[in-house]
Amino acid sequence: MEVIDSIDRALIVATQGGLPLVSRPYDALGETLGLPASEVQARMARLLETGVIRRMGAVPNHYALGYVANGMTVWDVDDAQIDALGEAVGQMACVTHCYKRPRHMPDWPYNLFAMVHGHDRAEVLAQAEQIAERLGAAVRARDVLFSSKILKKTGLRLVG
Amino acid sequence: MTERQAPVALSDLDRNIINALQGGFPLTDTPYADVAATLGISEAALLDRLKEMLETRVLTRFGPMFQVERMGGRFVLAAMAVPESRFEAVNAQVNALPEVAHNYRRDHAFNMWFVLATETPGGIDAAIARIEAETELPVYPFPKLKEYFVEMKLKA
Repeated sequence: MEVIDSIDRALIVATQGGLPLVSRPYDALGETLGLPASEVQARMARLLETGVIRRMGAVPNHYALGYVANGMTVWDVDDAQIDALGEAVGQMACVTHCYKRPRHMPDWPYNLFAMVHGHDRAEVLAQAEQIAERLGAAVRARDVLFSSKILKKTGLRLVG
Repeated sequence: MTERQAPVALSDLDRNIINALQGGFPLTDTPYADVAATLGISEAALLDRLKEMLETRVLTRFGPMFQVERMGGRFVLAAMAVPESRFEAVNAQVNALPEVAHNYRRDHAFNMWFVLATETPGGIDAAIARIEAETELPVYPFPKLKEYFVEMKLKA
């Protein structure tokens, strides 16, 4: 884990809503924070290096891009095999996120989650079939949960 | 602000901007001018397109994406089975928490799926306890036990 100091934290609070849309955004941030632009840039470079910032740029609304069908495919697979299977599914081009998560028995038997995005539900279901083929006999149960509405999408918000 | 739920007709320029800028925005003194030059447009045109796409919610944000775990915090996916008759009210209660970073309605008995993002590991339990107390419904946490892959880039 990276230790961030109070200046890093202030920088995160100042940028979590977005970068200033001005010609010299790091100067603008520096003015807000009372820092030279060069320090803003150096600190952001370090946060990128250490992964506190995953990446920097445009965060598209995938619905607006035509990816109106987003399916959370969920799978019950053998715990002894899940790491190899998860790595394999994660490598598939259609998968944007792939995680092992806990089951909640009896309501929720699934331990492998893979998100896929398509232009319609048929495309998502076809992608789920590809994943099923990759998982093969290891699948004991499966489901696809389609999102029917984005209720909130703000991202991280540190308070203050 | 209501989230855009439908596709929009994007110009070739907007597609190019989105595809070029899903990461790697430079830390130079004039980053917009530098990116604009590689796209063959002016800095003013790039800033204008970004502002417009943010206003129309084609972009949800322009800036850094954080991994809160790397600074000691937590992201946890959680689900609830909300009675349809109470869905709107519970949605308002859940969304009111600043810890709720994303929230999706899904077609399942577990019909509300949200991500809690907190600065400290303990913040997750506190947020869950508050949602359960306010809604009188159980919250099912799905913390990631292992991350196999994350790369949320979609071609525009």
